[in-house]
Amino acid sequence: MSGGSIETPPAAGRPEDIRAVPVRHPGRWVAGVLILLFGASLIHSVATNKLLEWHVVGNFLFDQRIFEGIVVTLELTAGAMALGVILGVLLAVMRLSPNPLVSGSSWLYIWFFRATPVLVQLLFWYNVSAVYPRISLGIPFLGVEFVHGSANTIITPLAAALLGLGLNEGAYMAEIVRAGIISVGEGQTEAAQSLGMSRLQIMRRIVLPQAMRVIIPPTGNETISMLKTTALVSVIAYTELLLAAENIYSVNYKPIQLLIVASIWYAVMTSALYVGQYYLERHYGRGAARELPPTPLERIRRGLFSLRREQATP
Amino acid sequence: MTAPMVKAEGVHKRFGRLEVLKGISLEVQPGDVLVLLGPSGSGKSTFLRCINHLEKINSGRLSVDGELVGYRESGGKLHELRESEIARKRGEIGMVFQHFNLFPHMTALENVTCAPIRVKGMARDRADTRAAELLGRVGLPDKLSAYPAQLSGGQQQRVAIARALAMEPKLMLFDEPTSALDPELVGDVLQAMKQLAGEGMTMIVVTHEMGFAAEVADSVVFMDDGIVVEAGDPDRVLGNPRHERTRAFLSKVL
Repeated sequence: MSGGSIETPPAAGRPEDIRAVPVRHPGRWVAGVLILLFGASLIHSVATNKLLEWHVVGNFLFDQRIFEGIVVTLELTAGAMALGVILGVLLAVMRLSPNPLVSGSSWLYIWFFRATPVLVQLLFWYNVSAVYPRISLGIPFLGVEFVHGSANTIITPLAAALLGLGLNEGAYMAEIVRAGIISVGEGQTEAAQSLGMSRLQIMRRIVLPQAMRVIIPPTGNETISMLKTTALVSVIAYTELLLAAENIYSVNYKPIQLLIVASIWYAVMTSALYVGQYYLERHYGRGAARELPPTPLERIRRGLFSLRREQATP
Repeated sequence: MTAPMVKAEGVHKRFGRLEVLKGISLEVQPGDVLVLLGPSGSGKSTFLRCINHLEKINSGRLSVDGELVGYRESGGKLHELRESEIARKRGEIGMVFQHFNLFPHMTALENVTCAPIRVKGMARDRADTRAAELLGRVGLPDKLSAYPAQLSGGQQQRVAIARALAMEPKLMLFDEPTSALDPELVGDVLQAMKQLAGEGMTMIVVTHEMGFAAEVADSVVFMDDGIVVEAGDPDRVLGNPRHERTRAFLSKVL
């Protein structure tokens, strides 16, 4: 026999679980009672305050004018984000260019649009016809013009809104995309180079798809933020959700009720974006983890299954 | 006598003020396997990276298959190559990295088909068939749809070898292909490399696997501090080194 034998654990059954007296947490109880009291008083005041006139909120929640405002808000969000993402990718790639003129101009753009408030930019585009009454597209200094027209017909309130929101968003998206590109390791580029891929192919096929994992969460954040920033467009008389609500309360003098209506719809829309972002992140998480995380539905199904199993084994 | 596949004459490489290669001269004949040995920091990997122009050399001449790396010579002057020309030449040289560098967002099959489809314009189904064949050859016929994160290090490195082979390179560069692997996974990768050498592929291998060097290499080069200290037949260099530095290195690794 060898000198040091390894003891095998006793084979008989499972060892007994520890049963100990748990530590008491009186603080939790005190905090819980205080929070419940505060919550209850808040709900009580909201529910019993006759001046809130909840039926007015109900009357206007599904109003035709409110729905039209919602559609415009969604259009503005989608349009401005599309412009922002395209500009952002372009500016980020430019910013990483070895050509100092290209990277410098990208830097200048980002600096300018981040240095001024978006509300000021919106008002600027809305009023730009005052200083540039005529706009044309052509070759500068040669008098060659492909398209031209009056600024008032080209820069409509919609164009001013999209320009103001989209150009500003491009500057922020550029920084997000740049962070994503930088996060992809140098080895990926080298491996692609050694296979003979061109710089454009490497960016499009190798770097950007991997950068997406880093880009998506803050972009979702930006989209949610944009959805609410579109409310600023009400100052240039473009009727989105907030202005639609304002137009109604300017007639019936129920501002709080209509602002509640608008808030409810903003909250509904942002919540929908949460769900979209979750699935988008999951899609670009491919290959990052050994297994994709379960969708909420799968999680519920699994939860039920494990519950049933626990009941089955006494 | 045939022209050498790789020919280096007095290759120098500096990073800032640090001189990493101090005049490397060597030749690799087509079909030969050259093993580069040496302590870390001796310039082996840098030299390998110079061959497919991941690093630019500062002086000397370096050519692959009779053509200068990164330059065109005309009228007694060197002209820098365009990016597209450099890319095309890189496509003819396969490279396998220490840390595999597989594309994590693609399956094993997609990793292998990516370059033939994008660079050579090969049809997808033909690329798929060839990739499946290559992955079978490196012993991974059942891992086509696995993502790199689902594979062991040794399996990942074999996918990387298949990926490089998919471009039908005339030269393969291996940069410490087994250094990042657990010891029990090294064998499979070396086996794949051995098989490749047996098929007549020209290979330059930076490695610390002395067994592989002794068995597979046609010649061994020992580098230290940016110069070639000793080169020759593997039996001679490994069994009976002439230089003190080679002897000291071998006594540590063997």
